[in-house]
Amino acid sequence: MSKGKYGYYDPEKPLENRITDIGPPHYWQFFPPIIRRNYGKWLYHEILEPGILMHVSETGEKVYTVRVGGARLMTAEHIREICDIADKYCDGYVRWTTRNCVEFITDSEEKARELKKDLESRKFPAGSYKFPVGGTGCSITNIVHTQGWIHCHTPATDASGVVKSVMDELFDYFKSMTLPAKLRVSLACCLNMCGAVHCSDIAILGYHRKPPMIDDEVISKVCEIPLVVAACPLGAIRPVTLEDGTKTVRVNEQRCMFCGNCYTMCMATPLADKEGDGIVILAGGKISNRKSGPKFSKVVVDYLPNNPPRWPEVTKTIRKIVEVYAKHARKYERLGEWAERIGWERFFELCEIPFTWHLLDDYRLAYDTYRTTTQFKYTDHVWKIAEAVGGLKK
Amino acid sequence: MAAEGQEKMWDKEVEGHRTYEDIRIFTDEQLHNYTEEELKEFKIKHDIPMLEELEKGPWPSFVSDLKREALHRRKLGQENLQGPVECCEDLLGQLELSYIDKETHWKHGGIIGVFGYGGGVIGRYSDQQEKFPAIWAFHTLRINQPASKFYNTDYLRGLMDICEYRGSGVTNMHGSTGDTVFLGAVTEQLEPIFFDLTHDLGVDLGGSGSNLRTPSCCIGKARCEWAMIDTQDMCYEMTMYYQDELHRPAFPYKFKFKFDGCPNCCVASIARADMSYIGTWKDEIRIDQEAVRAYVAGEIPPNGGAFRDRDWGPFDIQKEVIDLCPAQCMEWDGKELKIDNKECVRCMHCIAVMPRALRPGVDTGLSILFGAKAPILEGAQMSLVGIPFMYTEKPYDNIKAIVEKVWDWWMEEGKNRERLGELIQRWGLWRFVTEILEIPPAPQMVKEPRSNPYIYWKEEEVPGGWKRDIKEFRKRHPR
Ligand code: HEM
Ligand code: HEM
Ligand code: SF4
Ligand code: SF4
Ligand code: SF4
Ligand code: SF4
Repeated sequence: MSKGKYGYYDPEKPLENRITDIGPPHYWQFFPPIIRRNYGKWLYHEILEPGILMHVSETGEKVYTVRVGGARLMTAEHIREICDIADKYCDGYVRWTTRNCVEFITDSEEKARELKKDLESRKFPAGSYKFPVGGTGCSITNIVHTQGWIHCHTPATDASGVVKSVMDELFDYFKSMTLPAKLRVSLACCLNMCGAVHCSDIAILGYHRKPPMIDDEVISKVCEIPLVVAACPLGAIRPVTLEDGTKTVRVNEQRCMFCGNCYTMCMATPLADKEGDGIVILAGGKISNRKSGPKFSKVVVDYLPNNPPRWPEVTKTIRKIVEVYAKHARKYERLGEWAERIGWERFFELCEIPFTWHLLDDYRLAYDTYRTTTQFKYTDHVWKIAEAVGGLKK
Repeated sequence: MAAEGQEKMWDKEVEGHRTYEDIRIFTDEQLHNYTEEELKEFKIKHDIPMLEELEKGPWPSFVSDLKREALHRRKLGQENLQGPVECCEDLLGQLELSYIDKETHWKHGGIIGVFGYGGGVIGRYSDQQEKFPAIWAFHTLRINQPASKFYNTDYLRGLMDICEYRGSGVTNMHGSTGDTVFLGAVTEQLEPIFFDLTHDLGVDLGGSGSNLRTPSCCIGKARCEWAMIDTQDMCYEMTMYYQDELHRPAFPYKFKFKFDGCPNCCVASIARADMSYIGTWKDEIRIDQEAVRAYVAGEIPPNGGAFRDRDWGPFDIQKEVIDLCPAQCMEWDGKELKIDNKECVRCMHCIAVMPRALRPGVDTGLSILFGAKAPILEGAQMSLVGIPFMYTEKPYDNIKAIVEKVWDWWMEEGKNRERLGELIQRWGLWRFVTEILEIPPAPQMVKEPRSNPYIYWKEEEVPGGWKRDIKEFRKRHPR
């Protein structure tokens, strides 16, 4: 490969020898031979133990996969170690999953078990596993997540740190298959939701709670004011001209729901804030079409504070939800299916989560979430209302 | 396609394939330039007590990982690196500051890229450049991942050499959209990185901005018995065919293709793609009655062993399969499993519970769904069924024809930052179906028929049209 400051690139002649639009390398080059031989011929699979999958082909061949958790953010050093392992056990092939786990694919069960042992023996000097094996079947896999404070400009929380804290807390569920069904946790550090957390069993979402500050001094220089005005889905922004003639905008703070879309369009409207920002928890979403259709995650906790480095409120709340779900749900029941069966009112009661006014939807189509039947269950919520209206005594 | 002559560049099964030796930047001594002891003793240049809390606990610690990269870079020294030596240390330092301030310290924006492309690179600058000079600029490059994210180590080591030599040595494996992501390049290294990626590794940048985002697919036929379309091939073909749309933003906003081999949706196409391609079947579920009986007898663990670590009692086919079938189209008489296939909604449940006994049919094709997106701006949407079933064959011309109809319309009518799903809502599904896709409407497109009767009619649909004479009306109905 090229060396030196500019390498092959000549800043004087940027178009010379330029190659463009070649796309990705062809996937076939990266398939282990056993995968090529059995492409499209797989018959069935089995999970031999947490983290080890066996796929059986109609050719009679069997392939063994060892699945490893990863932090998503990985350094060159880490990936080189993955390469060393792949060279040693897997003829130099390795793959990543959609949920940022690493998979080592081998052609024998003994190798797979040996590999698992090797992987689990590797630790960082401070003690965490480098390559924990698990995440198969009725377990919790890696948390798909976004950038957070480590690399994004709009986050309301960190990503890697929260995920590390939550995965430490849920580690046993990664290592074992004891849940009633798969449980998928995702994190997005702001409403943009690069992490697509809106369809996860449990979603951790960074959220701002203060309207944007307007940087009057620069806004008309760095942004197109009509674009900023148009950016607001709530129509909360209007253009104004200050007494000194400065063109800027003002926000109708009653209307703002802190989505940050204006900031996305214009750097002169920042809204991040130490006290304001925090985390919303959503639950009950799913993507697969199995049994019930895909579902959106629903907001179940309106706000938890950012408390780095360990986010104890967040980890505690999630552990509670997972434990209650594990205890109460039926075999094959995803978290959302369970909550729907028992009713969301029971979900809040069992998980001991307070139901606040923020959970009454007030956005477009909110009506779809309102209950219009007398079929509801009695939980303490009901007695509190009865009491409030003087209706508790006969 | 790939770059001419480079289609098999990394193929270990092909003679003369490229290896890491052909392209490496660092020597073995440079790669192994520190000991475990040194790593234990190593302190980065900032105090990061909070981040060091995140080195505890079992889950892999990104902090520990960044520290070893930091040490490795220090020992390489600036003479062996084009990116700043101390960038990992400053990255940790700035993150620690964010942990104190509880706010990000990345500046907003900074349009940046490689020549001729509108996407693939995302600019990033620190707002604490004096404290953390090594990350004053810390841009992201999105690199088009190989389909299903298989790699060989020669290629991967090559990638890591560039990432370390010209960037920061930090990656995201992978970004949410699927790309292999390099974090943290300085501006002047973007072009050299692009040159090395294309010339030496035969890989291109992915998408960012208002263009086609890097398409992605599930593992499919490579290692899944349920794949009913060749997800890798479709993903590759569509990525190659639409290179221009991928690199040169001309859309109102982002557009995503994702390819799932079956309704399990392992790449979440149904939640994330503007066009979700989902494999499915049209004929009957294949049943091996012998194997069904083996499941019932407890000889094979249900669901491929996914429940292994907890005692759920003996397998009960009635409770666990028959009663949970959403279509209620299965029967078990104690000996034989019957499925009324025309009622089956192909949810995959029974197949997932008994993978050795049940398999999807053999007459396979795909469903195309449209319009998924996250909440910004108008609220989250899932993809809706547009084309319930179709066959397609490489090079997928009938699918490309649909894509182009959709894009033409969206580019014409879509507002700035309006995703396809929002445009469908604004214009009405009926228009999308009848006027854009030019297909007949079908009950498969809705959960239930509308409950409000505020029905639009077009003038030409009503006999006599809308122009009438009030005088004629008054003759029959005096004022
Ligand atoms: C319309 C405004 C923007 C929105 C809604 C937005 C949203 C996002 C989202 C959803 C991600 C995904 C992160 C992930 O999945 O890991 C992301 C990543 C990123 N964005 Fe933005 N972004 C916006 C503008 C910008 C701008 C203007 C920049 C910089 C100039 C930028 C830089 C980045 C970077 C560097 C990443 C990291 C990519 C990665 O490594 O995965 N973004 N942004
Ligand atoms: C200029 C604006 C934006 C930029 C630069 C941007 C950037 C990104 C990036 C970097 C990713 C992850 C891709 C990857 O790392 O591979 C991503 C994913 C995603 N972004 Fe954006 N984004 C932008 C706007 C938005 C907005 C406004 C939304 C919300 C509607 C959004 C929703 C998502 C979602 C849901 C994903 C993840 C889902 C998926 O991977 O398909 N993004 N975006
Ligand atoms: S979710 Fe928001 S804060 Fe997080 S990476 Fe995406 S845009 Fe940035
Ligand atoms: S944060 Fe969102 S709701 Fe608030 S003013 Fe900005 S765009 Fe509007
Ligand atoms: S989507 Fe279906 S075919 Fe693809 S990997 Fe998942 S289960 Fe297999
Ligand atoms: S695939 Fe689903 S709907 Fe079809 S028979 Fe099986 S369980 Fe029933």
